[in-house]
Amino acid sequence: MSALAYDGTAMLGRQLRRVRNNPGLLILTQTMPISMLLFFGYVFGSALAVPGEEYRRFLVPGLLVATAAGGIMTGMFQAAQDTHRGVMDRFRTLPMSRAAVPLGQAAADVVVTAAGTVPFLLVGLAVGWRIEGGALAAAGAFGLLLLFRFACVWIGVFLGLLTRNEDAAGQLGGATFLLPLLSNAYIPTEGLPGWLRTVAEWNPISAVTTALRDLFGNAPVPDGAAWPVAHPVAGSLAWCAVLLLVFVPLAVRTYAAGPK
Amino acid sequence: MRYGRTMTTTYAVLSEGLEKRFGDVHAVRGLDLAVAEGAVVGMLGPNGAGKTTAVRLLATLLRPDAGSARIAGHDLVREPGAVRRSIGVTGQYASVDGDLTGRQNLRLFARLHRVRDTAARATELLDRFGLTEAADRPASTYSGGMRRRLDLAASLIRHPAVLFLDEPTTGLDPVSRNQIWDAVGALKARGTTVLLTTQYLEEADRLADQIVLVDRGRIAHSGSPPQLKALIGSYAEVVVTHPDAMTRAAGVLDRLTGAEPSFDHERHAVGVVSVDPTLTLPRLVRELDAAGVPLVDASLRPPTLDDVFLRLTEGTATDLSDLKERAA
Repeated sequence: MSALAYDGTAMLGRQLRRVRNNPGLLILTQTMPISMLLFFGYVFGSALAVPGEEYRRFLVPGLLVATAAGGIMTGMFQAAQDTHRGVMDRFRTLPMSRAAVPLGQAAADVVVTAAGTVPFLLVGLAVGWRIEGGALAAAGAFGLLLLFRFACVWIGVFLGLLTRNEDAAGQLGGATFLLPLLSNAYIPTEGLPGWLRTVAEWNPISAVTTALRDLFGNAPVPDGAAWPVAHPVAGSLAWCAVLLLVFVPLAVRTYAAGPK
Repeated sequence: MRYGRTMTTTYAVLSEGLEKRFGDVHAVRGLDLAVAEGAVVGMLGPNGAGKTTAVRLLATLLRPDAGSARIAGHDLVREPGAVRRSIGVTGQYASVDGDLTGRQNLRLFARLHRVRDTAARATELLDRFGLTEAADRPASTYSGGMRRRLDLAASLIRHPAVLFLDEPTTGLDPVSRNQIWDAVGALKARGTTVLLTTQYLEEADRLADQIVLVDRGRIAHSGSPPQLKALIGSYAEVVVTHPDAMTRAAGVLDRLTGAEPSFDHERHAVGVVSVDPTLTLPRLVRELDAAGVPLVDASLRPPTLDDVFLRLTEGTATDLSDLKERAA
């Protein structure tokens, strides 16, 4: 086994053990998207022109992707905490692969996210969301969702290594809540003014959300959208590739260089 | 093991002209350090002297701006992997994962060190550092002393050739401090080379074979504790019955030491610094008595490392009573 795979697996094990030691935190993070589904779906949904159940079917993929984008926040917080508490420096004095620490963190996050999505989906099913396409397409949707999460965690790890401060990471992480607001995760972008619509549709969250709605068969691809939304699967894959190509090397390099 | 050899001494740490800047701050300016294999070296200096930066450089946590070093025979910059396989690091920064238990931490680090039986190694270290009872509690619940012992255990997974301890006992209570000191003593007995930084002179005096005084990013002085103490000499002080006898006493002290005496008129005391190892208290008393000096009290106090430290790093104090005041 290569050094990266061996060390990365050890780091994955570390992260999963932490979750097992402290499962309360995992449960807590899962209550957020569920309450948002209920609030948005019933409170806001009742004020919209579309029927409530139709809006909730539209909303479930949006919240899945918005939650995945929250990987920026968890990745950042975790990396900043490890740096601040000194564990990161311990790893850096060990004869281990330089990419293993961020890779283990990102991989563990994806595993935890996959498990954490289950209760959300059950609530989704209870409020009327269904997989309306094929099983294969649905599997593709979940794969895409986890790939997007993986890419977002790398962004977060890089930012966390850069800020190195839990408090700053917490503050900055809160700002990631704003990202899905400027996308089609909660609302259709067709009604937005032209320039705002363009900005929202070039938000990676929009491409992934559209891809999920398309693959789950919840809503058709909107007409006249920007390229990533008009070709949602290709657009999502392209976005993930770009994010990974940029942030994986940045995170690994920042980890290896350590604090200046 | 054979590392960089110079004449007959083998050095576990050998650095030349190491430099590190952080923006405008020149934290380490030309660090030349030679630590013999198996030695315990104490790096002593005030806050901000550059001790921690020096250790972080030598432990591959920072990249030097200039200079070179060999750790256990491996080049610091070109072979960081080999250096990391030879060292253990414990400091306020190189810590353990508070969310994992003591055992989980040690097993993780053992695994990353490619130890085959991680469970056995963890059990052995937990036992050695008296952590067996707390082994399965999260490290975040440990007391300061337990935490530091776990840090130390984590640094010793692979019997490092060189152990870096950055302020290993700062903030610990006396009992925990003694435990760490015992552990360092045991490592020394096994032949582990130890480079420790400390602000406590007592700690350096007790543990180190060699002391390196660091001031403003440079080594101000180095030597064994007795050598450093000899550098600044002992402080002899005599008290006489009445003021008139002070001049006579000063004459004798001047003759014996060749140093200029200082006077404390209020206490009728005369003091002088002696760097002469043959000047003992009986001889001092005999000489003064033979000269007819009416003695009330006489003392010959060897310098503490505090005296050495203040004298050699501040460079501003000229008179020993002044130094004594500062040390107190």
